[in-house]
Amino acid sequence: MTLQRLHLDKFLLYALLILAGVSLLLVYSSTGKSLGATAAHAMRLALGFGVLILMAQLRPETLERWSPWIYAAAMALALAVLALGVIGKGAQRWLSLGVLRFQPSELMKLALPMMLAWFFVRQGLPPRQWRLGVAVLILLVPVGLIAKQPDLGTAALVLAGGVTVLFLAGMSWRIIVFLAVALAAATPFAWHFLHDYQRNRILTLLDPQSDPLGRGYHTIQSMIAVGSGGFYGKGWLNSTQAHLEYLPESHTDFVFAVFAEEFGLIGSLLLLVVYALIVARGFWIAYLAQDSYTRLLAGSLSVSFFLHFFINIGMVTGILPVVGIPLPVMSYGGTSIVTLMAGFGVLMSIHTHRRIVEK
Amino acid sequence: MLNIPLKDYFRETRVFGTRLMIVAIGVAVLVTLLALRLIYLQTFAHRHYETLSQANRVRPVPIPPPRGLILDRNGVVLAQNYPVYTLELVPEQIKDMGRTLDTLGELIRLTDGDLKQFQRQLRERPRFEALTLRTHLTDEEAARIALHRPFLNGVELQARLQRHYPLGGSGVHSLGYVARISEQDVERIDKSAYRGTRHIGKLGLEAEYEEELLGRVGFEKIETNAHGRQLRTLERVAPVAGRNLYLNIDARLQAIAEQALGKRRGAVVAIEPATGKVLAFVSTPTYDPNPFVNGIDSESYKNLLDDPDKPLINRALNGKYPPGSTIKAFLGLAALESDQFDGNKPVGCPGYFSLPGSSHLFRDWKKGGHGVVGLREAIVQSCDVYFYKLAYALSPDGIKNFLAPFGFGKKTGVDLPDESEGLLPSPEWKEARGQKWYAGETVVYGIGQGLMLATPLQLAVGMAAIANHGVVLQPRIAGMLVDAKSRAREQISAERNGEVMVKDKAHWDTLISYLADVVHTKQGTAYGIGYNAPYRIAGKTGTAQVKGIKQGESYVEHAIPERLRDHALFVSFAPVESPKIAVAVIVENGGHGSSAAAPVARKVMDHVILGRTLTTPAAPVTTENPE
Repeated sequence: MTLQRLHLDKFLLYALLILAGVSLLLVYSSTGKSLGATAAHAMRLALGFGVLILMAQLRPETLERWSPWIYAAAMALALAVLALGVIGKGAQRWLSLGVLRFQPSELMKLALPMMLAWFFVRQGLPPRQWRLGVAVLILLVPVGLIAKQPDLGTAALVLAGGVTVLFLAGMSWRIIVFLAVALAAATPFAWHFLHDYQRNRILTLLDPQSDPLGRGYHTIQSMIAVGSGGFYGKGWLNSTQAHLEYLPESHTDFVFAVFAEEFGLIGSLLLLVVYALIVARGFWIAYLAQDSYTRLLAGSLSVSFFLHFFINIGMVTGILPVVGIPLPVMSYGGTSIVTLMAGFGVLMSIHTHRRIVEK
Repeated sequence: MLNIPLKDYFRETRVFGTRLMIVAIGVAVLVTLLALRLIYLQTFAHRHYETLSQANRVRPVPIPPPRGLILDRNGVVLAQNYPVYTLELVPEQIKDMGRTLDTLGELIRLTDGDLKQFQRQLRERPRFEALTLRTHLTDEEAARIALHRPFLNGVELQARLQRHYPLGGSGVHSLGYVARISEQDVERIDKSAYRGTRHIGKLGLEAEYEEELLGRVGFEKIETNAHGRQLRTLERVAPVAGRNLYLNIDARLQAIAEQALGKRRGAVVAIEPATGKVLAFVSTPTYDPNPFVNGIDSESYKNLLDDPDKPLINRALNGKYPPGSTIKAFLGLAALESDQFDGNKPVGCPGYFSLPGSSHLFRDWKKGGHGVVGLREAIVQSCDVYFYKLAYALSPDGIKNFLAPFGFGKKTGVDLPDESEGLLPSPEWKEARGQKWYAGETVVYGIGQGLMLATPLQLAVGMAAIANHGVVLQPRIAGMLVDAKSRAREQISAERNGEVMVKDKAHWDTLISYLADVVHTKQGTAYGIGYNAPYRIAGKTGTAQVKGIKQGESYVEHAIPERLRDHALFVSFAPVESPKIAVAVIVENGGHGSSAAAPVARKVMDHVILGRTLTTPAAPVTTENPE
């Protein structure tokens, strides 16, 4: 059928379209019925789907061949941003390309898993000894660069995407346990390296009431929004928390709070199911993939998507600290939609370019 | 895949399958965790949060501060705020909407568009909210509404302050304007300081002194019910108005300079040498900044952009011109100071100069030459050959190093954003761009042609430095900030921007006496403005070539299209004995500095020194001097 010929996966496509549709309703509501903002969001989504369709046409073999180059380009951009940041004497995450602004660390979310998968396929699996060392370097250098921008949220997500590749590639359990123990032991030391505002976010999570008008404000207001939504919700356009301007960032990072307030538990759980099904489909595509490169990449991209929505919803419902990670597809603004959709394009390409199609 | 043994392939697949399963289980657990959290918040804790949501009743509403005014040195208002009236209706307080609208329609003009937009809001917005029916009511309309207000329940007249520039285009190139805060602005400003404020300084002084003009936002803590209806004000923190900015500029002087330039494209910068205060800062043509405040329509903007006279360009700040013969006012000092050139020895001027071993002739503007000239005659008559020889002796680096302390080739540090640097070229500069420096470029450097570029502001600052015997000041357009309430003043003073060091201080007086002779002796190129001046002026004319004149060709003004005619320049200060004002004038494609630019400078100086403008009779014909 046509979708198959376009190398699109029906299941993923429909799920994403549902999310896109809901997101338009939600942006309209959370921006105080701004048609302009809704139109802008629709434009971004359209751009995202365009990129998805383009990426789906690329054969996985091509992508594999390009992996080191894309990785090199992403590294160069990350360095450029850092250099510009030094000149501009401040935090710098953007490269301005005329009308379009671009956040190079976003590209790394795709480039890093591709590079690691490419590396492992060439060096044989599972990763051992010096190869593991090289892989860790491939992983940590860009993460360090992004963390230095400083953009810890994105750095953590890129790190997680890379670690997923290592794990799926079959890194030995002994090393995994060793690293986990080392990480746990290092946590108290890491505390010293955090900025004050980062420590405060964590402390606030433990006890939001400690500073209700200051740092705890986001968390408290978003939990009130979610909780007051109840079972059936207050109905579309009726989020008092957002419309009466109690909830900050209600159309960007905290958009899920508005959704939960307006559509209640039923809506929230259904939305959660859609997100979970998308991840499940990603895992299924990874499972069916026919070579190591595509399955590692598909697995990593799916986990990365999962982490995005898990961290965001966790933050909105007050079980994770406030970090600036938007809810995929739903949150207004940002450039993340393009890399996100590109990732899904890659997943679809992997799925539809298989040589033997099962009955 | 082919080079990997089959056994490994199956093993890899198996390991991958296991690992994927582990990850999937982890994901499932975490998703379940989210689901449980949502169930907890939205069912078990629902009542608790519902209560909190109902209790969410006090919210801060920002009150924007009035922006500081901008006034000239005499208190003439250049930028002010005037209230714009907006008519708002609260539907739930109005019993008969149709009748109210009819009544209002009789009092003020309501278009179909106004009504249509209002009806749409009426359908979409909550009934307790104030909906806008019309904006920009005239004072008369506002008065009429205010009069009938007691009989109109639910009708409110809101006044918002809007920026207005009463002089229109006059002075726009120093004032700049405010405009709506854009998305790019949002990323660089402190959002909390701009709550409730819709405009931000975009250009000129409005942008440079944004922080001082803005003021501090105030708050009202408003108690609302659960539906957001306002019940009462609990607490009010008044906004702090932005500080008023008094300029050094004299708006009347500015108008005189603008009139003197008339329809011509050009710039005038006048500075008080001792203090660095900028008295006039003019670029023509001007444009009206008022349409920019609420967003200019694209057609008008396009017209401004496409205007061949380019009114949007700030010629005084960003216009880069070859200084032409005005550079001789500065290089004259080099002739006195230099070790490579004897400024006391006369030079023969046959009407041309050629480099050793070259047949290329660098012509003097005067056919047949000036004969034997000393430095005084060379400056007074603007002899080119003298300065060709001087430049050749100094070398391009020597010229560059001599001119740099005057402020050429770098920003003057004026209190306006986006200043241009001009250009002091050197062989090194050119080679860095992969080009070769030609000996001829050294020669024409001496008469301000070639690659060198200066802004009118730089020329005025340079002239002020001569008047100051070498002290260079950063020009200041703004003079002081005054707190609207406490009247506390903060002076804005000019900082020193270096000094031109000389071996012999007497050289300054020598140079200045020669520059005075330019204006006050019969042979002088600016005698036309000097013969009847009641005070003494030191100055230098200049004519900057736009079109290259080929070897053997001569320049015939009326035979050349206007846009290719020479730029006319004049730099000066006065009175010679105790300088009050330094002026730089440029008239684009104006022809000769003596006839086009100098009279403009004279009018500006008259106003400052005499307090009135003398009607200058037509200049007497002195020589056939084109400078």
